[in-house]
Amino acid sequence: MSRPALLVLADGTCFEGTAIGVDGKTVGEVVFNTAMTGYQEILTDPSYAQQIVTLTYPHIGNTGVNADDIESEQIFAKGLIVRDVPTLHSNFRANESLGAYLQRRHIVAISGLDTRALTRHLRDKGAQGGCIMAGPGIEQATAHSAAQSFPGLAGMDLARVVSCQQAYEWTVGSWRLEGALQRAAEAVTKARAQAMAATTSTGSNPHIVAMDFGVKQNILRLFIDRGCRVTVVPANTTADDIRALQPDGLFLSNGPGDPEPCDYAINTIRELLADKLPTFGICLGYQLLALASGASTLKMKFGHHGANHPVLDTASGRVMISSQNHGFAVDVESLGDQLAITHISQFDQSLQGIRRLDVPAMGFQGHPEASPGPHDVQALFDQFVAQVVAV
Amino acid sequence: MPKRSDIESVLIIGAGPIVIGQACEFDYSGAQACKALKEEGYRVILVNSNPATIMTDPAMADAIYIEPIDWRVVARIIEREKPDALLPTMGGQTALNCALDLNREGVLKAHGVQMIGATPAAIDMAEDREKFRIAMGEIGLDTPRALIVHELQEAINGIAEIGYPCIIRPSFTMGGSGGGIAYNQDELRDIVSRGLDLSPTSEVLIEQSVLGWKEYEMEVVRDAADNCIIICSIENLDPMGIHTGDSITVAPAQTLTDKEYQIMRNASIDVLRKIGVDTGGSNVQFAINPADGAMIIIEMNPRVSRSSALASKATGFPIARVAAKLAVGYTLNELRNEITGGQTPASFEPSIDYVVTKIPRFTFEKFPSADNRLTTQMKSVGEVMAIGRTFKESLQKAMRGLEIGVSGFDPVLPETADEEARDVLLQRELREAREQRLWYVGDAFRLGQSIEKLHESTRIDLWFLSQIQELINSELALTNVALDNIDASSMRQLKRDGFSDIRLAALLNVTEQALRKHRLALGVKPVYKRVDSCAAEFSTSTAYLYSTYEQYCEAEPTQRDKIMVLGGGPNRIGQGIEFDYCCVHAALALRDDGFETIMVNCNPETVSTDFDTSDRLYFEPLTLEDVLSIVDVEQPKGLIVQYGGQTPLKLARDLLAAGAPIIGTSPESIDLAEDRERFQQLIEKLGLKQPPNRTARNPEEALELAQQIGYPLVVRPSYVLGGRAMEIVQQESELARYMQEAVSVSNDSPVLLDRFLNDAIEVDVDAICDGKDVIIGGIMQHIEEAGIHSGDSACSLPPFSLSESVCEAIREQVRMMAHGLGVLGLMNTQFAIQGDSIYVLEVNPRASRTVPFVSKATGVPLAKVAARCMAGQSLASQGITGDVARPDFFSVKESVFPFAKFPGVDPTLGPEMKSTGEVMGSGKTFGEAFYKATLGASTDLSERRVSSGSGEYSPDFELMTGTRAFLSVREQDKTGIVDVARQLVETGFELIATDGTQAAIVAAGIPCERVNKLQQGQPHVLDQIKNNLIHLVINTTDGRQALADSYYIRQEALGLKIPYTTTLSGATAMCAALQWSTKGEVYNLAEIHRKSV
Repeated sequence: MSRPALLVLADGTCFEGTAIGVDGKTVGEVVFNTAMTGYQEILTDPSYAQQIVTLTYPHIGNTGVNADDIESEQIFAKGLIVRDVPTLHSNFRANESLGAYLQRRHIVAISGLDTRALTRHLRDKGAQGGCIMAGPGIEQATAHSAAQSFPGLAGMDLARVVSCQQAYEWTVGSWRLEGALQRAAEAVTKARAQAMAATTSTGSNPHIVAMDFGVKQNILRLFIDRGCRVTVVPANTTADDIRALQPDGLFLSNGPGDPEPCDYAINTIRELLADKLPTFGICLGYQLLALASGASTLKMKFGHHGANHPVLDTASGRVMISSQNHGFAVDVESLGDQLAITHISQFDQSLQGIRRLDVPAMGFQGHPEASPGPHDVQALFDQFVAQVVAV
Repeated sequence: MPKRSDIESVLIIGAGPIVIGQACEFDYSGAQACKALKEEGYRVILVNSNPATIMTDPAMADAIYIEPIDWRVVARIIEREKPDALLPTMGGQTALNCALDLNREGVLKAHGVQMIGATPAAIDMAEDREKFRIAMGEIGLDTPRALIVHELQEAINGIAEIGYPCIIRPSFTMGGSGGGIAYNQDELRDIVSRGLDLSPTSEVLIEQSVLGWKEYEMEVVRDAADNCIIICSIENLDPMGIHTGDSITVAPAQTLTDKEYQIMRNASIDVLRKIGVDTGGSNVQFAINPADGAMIIIEMNPRVSRSSALASKATGFPIARVAAKLAVGYTLNELRNEITGGQTPASFEPSIDYVVTKIPRFTFEKFPSADNRLTTQMKSVGEVMAIGRTFKESLQKAMRGLEIGVSGFDPVLPETADEEARDVLLQRELREAREQRLWYVGDAFRLGQSIEKLHESTRIDLWFLSQIQELINSELALTNVALDNIDASSMRQLKRDGFSDIRLAALLNVTEQALRKHRLALGVKPVYKRVDSCAAEFSTSTAYLYSTYEQYCEAEPTQRDKIMVLGGGPNRIGQGIEFDYCCVHAALALRDDGFETIMVNCNPETVSTDFDTSDRLYFEPLTLEDVLSIVDVEQPKGLIVQYGGQTPLKLARDLLAAGAPIIGTSPESIDLAEDRERFQQLIEKLGLKQPPNRTARNPEEALELAQQIGYPLVVRPSYVLGGRAMEIVQQESELARYMQEAVSVSNDSPVLLDRFLNDAIEVDVDAICDGKDVIIGGIMQHIEEAGIHSGDSACSLPPFSLSESVCEAIREQVRMMAHGLGVLGLMNTQFAIQGDSIYVLEVNPRASRTVPFVSKATGVPLAKVAARCMAGQSLASQGITGDVARPDFFSVKESVFPFAKFPGVDPTLGPEMKSTGEVMGSGKTFGEAFYKATLGASTDLSERRVSSGSGEYSPDFELMTGTRAFLSVREQDKTGIVDVARQLVETGFELIATDGTQAAIVAAGIPCERVNKLQQGQPHVLDQIKNNLIHLVINTTDGRQALADSYYIRQEALGLKIPYTTTLSGATAMCAALQWSTKGEVYNLAEIHRKSV
C-alpha cells in the first residue's frame, strides 16, 4: 500500500505525495536539478550534503540502481523529491530498484507531487529549508517548524563533514562497457597514452594529491584514466603534510556548502600555490582557489543545477555543455590582478572558470567530470595533467 | 562569428508534395528557414511544387517558384535569380537529391552557387551506405554487418556472410522506400529486385538484422565553430525492425543510464564531425542490444527531418530556424532561444520535465490489398504527438488524439468463444507488428499475460510494458464499480494516468456526459503546464501549453479578445496539410487584426503547432473533453471549427451544446449541407439540379431505391471525408455486395445513393460568404471525369474547356446556395457538368482541400478573408467587392499517390481518395501547366537525359521521340482515343494497342501495331513493358474483371516509372502537355499573380 508523505517548505508551502523511501522526517535545503539522467550519481554526490534534491524529470528510477553509477559509497542527499518512481525498472546493468535502494540507505523521499510547481516556486523564491515527512503520523505543522528550523547553508562548513577522515590511494579508472564502448574507451586510452609517455621529470607517473571536500569518484577515475597516481587527503590536511606526499599536482575537489568558512583549506591552498604547485579546482575547490587567490564568493539566489549549461571557453571561443551544481559563486568583481577569466556561463554570463596568471593553477565552476552530464569539458583534465607533467 | 556578408541571396529547395515519408514537417522547417533568413536581410528564393504549404505564401520569400523540384527546372531558376548560396537541408530527401543533381550536372559551379548547411561530400558520405559504414568504422563506431550490391546475383552470393533475417535498404530513397526484411531467399530476391529498381543509383544495402534491439535517435545541432548540442533524445517503443516513422516513439529516452546516454551523446556528435555536417541539424539513429548495451549506429540524416520536427515540438527548440541561421555563419552562442524569450542562449541543451509520445497514423483501410505489416519501409501517413507529465498520460493522450475510434486502450481482440483461435490471433499480432499492436498488447495484459511473455513476443522494453500493464490493471479495477463510488482521489489518479472521460465512461458503463459531470463535481480538472525547454529553471512568457492533472496551473489566460482555432489532428489521406494551411491563415489574419489567437492541435508535423504561429498554442488532442477544458480556461470570444477538416467539425454540435462560442457558419447549417434529405429540399427550393439520389437506411431499402434512380450509382456512407468507402456500382449485384461488405448501415449512419453521371465534367468551386455578399474564389475544372474523387483528380484553374456561360451559371448557383445555407465563411461546392446541365454534387460549408491551391493560383488569401468574415468583418470592409478575377496563367493541381509504397496495390483511381499530396504547375497554357504539374508529381514526360559528364550542363527538356505508347481502352473510350492517338503520333510516338483499341485507331487511318493482351499469350504487352519498349501507358478499364486483367500492366508501369494514365481525360491532358514539354520556362508567384491590364 502506498504510504502518505508531505513536503513543507520554510515559507509554509506544502505538497502532498507518497513515500518512496523510509518513513520518518528529513530536513535540508530544498534544491532542484534539471538533469534528465543520472539520479544515482546525484544522490551519491557529496555536494548534496544537507540538501533535499528535487529532480525535474518526472520518471526517476527507470533504470534502477547498479554498483557502478556511484560518486561515493553513500547517499549524501538528505532527501529526494520526484514526480514518479516506476514500479518496474529496466536496464541490463541494474541490480536493485531505486525504492529498495532508498530504503536500504534509510533515505526519506517523496513522489507524486507537482515537482514543476515546486521548481517554479524555488526558482522564484530561492532555495530554502524544507522538510519531508513520510509514513504514519505525518503532520504539516511539525514539518513546517522543522523546515523553518533549518539554518541554511550560508556559513556552513560542510566540506570538513563529508571529507574522508584519513588519506587513501585511489586506483580505479572509468567504467566502460566492454566491446561496445570502443569509442569512449579509445578516447580515454589516447589521453592516457600521452600522460604515460610524458612522465614527470622523476620518471614516474604524475602524482596527484586530491584534497577531499566531498570529492566525486568520477574525478578520481578520470585521473587514473590519464595515468596519474592519486592520493586523496582529508579537507583539513596541512600544506606540510601534503608536501610530504611529494605531489606533482594538487587537486581541489568539489563539495557542499559555503566555501568561506573553510579557512583551514584556504590557507593550505595559499601556501601550496606559493610553491607554484600545479593546481586544479572544481566547483567548491574552484571557489577555494579563488578565495586563496584573494577573490571573494557570494551566495546565489538559486544557483545552477542542471546538466545542460553552455559555457564559453574564452580562449578558444568554443561553447561546451556542462554539468552544473552550485549555489555559491565567485564574485567576478573581486578577481584582482592575479586571476584571469577562462570560462563564462552562456546563460547568465556568470563566472565559470579562472586561472592564476602567476602560478599554473586553474579552476572550473561546473563539473568537467560530468557524471551525470555531458563530457564536453573533460579536456580540462587532459590540460591539467599536461601541465603537471610539463613542470 | 557573425552572419556571412559574402552572400546576399539564398535559394531554398522545398520538399515538394506530401508523400509517405515526407510530409508537412518540411513545410514547418522550410517556413522557419525562410523566416529566419529573411529577418537577417537575405534575399530568399524558394522553389517548392506544393501549393498547400505555408512556405510558398507570398510573404515568405522574395521570389517564390511553385515549380517542379527537378534539377533542370531549378537550373532555370538559378539562371534567372543568380542566388549566391543554396540551402538544401530544409526540404527532406527531395531537396538533398535535387541539390546533388545540380552539383553533379555542374549547374552550381556554372553559376557560382555555394551549398551551405551541408556539402555534397557530406551528403554523399551520409547517404552512401558503404562510405557511411567505412566512416563509422574510422571513428570506432560499430555498424551492422553489411553487403552492398548492385545486382541480384551479388546478393544471393553474399548473403551467407550476413545471414537471415536480413534488412534490405536501397540507397538514396526516402522513408525507406523499397526496403524490407527478408527471412528467406524468395523474399531476398523480391525485395532486392524492387530495391534496385527504386534506388536512383541501383544500389542496395543488405545488412545484419538487429531486430528486437532497442532503437534510439539523437537530434544534434552543430555550428561552424564546431559547437554541438543535443536537442532531444528519442526512444522507440517499437524496437528495431519497424521504421522509425512507423514506430511509437517517446522523448526523452527512458531506459538509459547517464553513462549509456553520454556514450550515445558523444557518438552522435562524433558522427556529425566525421560526416562533415558543417552547420545545422541532423539526426543519428542507434540500436542498443538490451542484453548487454552493445551499441550500433544505424544511420544519420545530414538535414532536418521528420524527427527534428518532432524534437522541435517536443522541446520547444526551433531546430530548423536555428539551423538556417547557423548555415549563414552564426554560431550557437550568438543566437538566443526564442521560447524562453531570449533568456537562454540557443546553445543551451533543452531539458524537459514531461514525456512526449508520438504514434503514427496509418490508412491501410484505403489500400485493402496492401501488406499491412510494419517493416523498415515507412507506411504511415501521419502522426499524433501528445505531452503528459508521465508516460502513461502522454501515451493515452496520444491514443485518443489519433482519431481512429479509440479513446485509450479499447479492446481490439474480437470477443469469441473460440479461445484457441483468439490466442493464435493475439500471438500473431504481437509478433508481427501491425498498426494495432499497441492495443493487442493491452488485450494480452487484459487476458493476464505476463510482462516477460509479452517482452518475448514483442521485444518491447519491459519498462514500457510495465507501464501499459499498470494502465490495464487500472481499467480492470473499475470492473463493476459504480460511478458514484469514484471519489476525488481515485478520479484524480485516473486522470493523472491519462484516462479520457470517454474511456472511463465506457469502463464504468455510463455516458461521457455523466462521467464529465461527476468529475467536475469532484473538482477534478486539468491544469496547463508550459513547454519551456528548461524544465522551469527560467520563467518564460511563451504560451506553449499542455494539459495535465497537477496542482498548479500555468495557463495565465489574458483578458484580451480571443479567437481559438481548432486544427486538424494527425494527417491522413483526405485531411492533411491543406487544412493546416487554412488554420494557420486564420491565426495569422486574426492576430494581425488584434485578436489573441489560440491554436489547438496535436500534429507535430505542422506549421500550426509552431509556437509562434499563434499567440498561444495548446498541444492537445482534438476531443470534446480536451477542447472544452481549454475553452473553460481561456473563455475565447470565438471558436473556429470549419478550418481543420472533419476533426473539429465532428465536435461542433457537442461544443455548441456545451456553450462554446462557435463562429462562422453555424453547426446547424453544416448539418443542413451534410444531411442529404434536408439538402435536397433546399436544392429543390432553389430550383437547382442534383443527380437523382436517395438515402437508404438498410440494405433492402438500398436495392429498392436504386431501382428508382437507376444504375450506375455512386454509393457512400454519410459524414465522410476523403471518400471513405465510396464506390461506383454498375449493377444490383454489386450494390448488394457493397451493402453487405463495405459499410455498416443503420438509421444513424445511412448510406447515400447517387446516380452516377457518365462522361460528366466535374467542377470544384471555392467561395466565401460574409452573411451578405458572396464572392467566388475560383472555379476549378477537373481533368479526370466525374467519379474520380475530387482529391485525386487533377484540376485546372481557370477551367480549360468550360464556356463562360456555364461558369457564370455556376457562380450564380454557388451564390444561391451560400445564402440558402446561411454560410458565414468558406464554402466548397462540387458540380458535375453534363452537356449544358449543371448538377450539384455536394456542398461543404467549410474550408476545403483546394483553398490553398486557389489562393496560390490567384493570389487571394481566401482562408484569411473568410476568417475575418467569421470574426465579424464584411467582405466589403476588407476591400473585396467582387469575384476573384480569372488569372492570366493556368494553374494545374495534380495529385500524388503512395502506390509505390504498397506493392501489389492496383494504382487505379475511383471515388475513394487515395492521394497523399498535391503539386501545382503553372503556365501560359493549360498544356504547359499540366506538363509542369505532371513533372512535379514525378512523372517525367520528357526523355530522361544522361549526364554529359563534362561539367557543362544542358537543362533542356527533350520531347520523348522514337518512343512508343501503349493504348488499351474500355469500350466507351474507343471513340475518344482516336484523337489522343493522332496527337501522340504528331508528337512523334509510335503506337501499339490491344485488339479493340488498335482496330479503332487503325480505322481512323492512324498507324498502330497490335499486341497481345495478357490472356492472349506471350509475347504480350507485359513483355514489351518489361523489355523497356513502351514509354507511355494509356489504360482505361471498366468493371471488376477488366480491372483485374489489366492490373499487371499498371503495376509494371508503376514499378518501372513509366508515365501512365487510367483515364481518357488524363490521356487528353497528357497530349496537351507533350506539346509543351520542351519549353521549360519558369514563373515566380508574383508573375502569376500579376494582372496584365
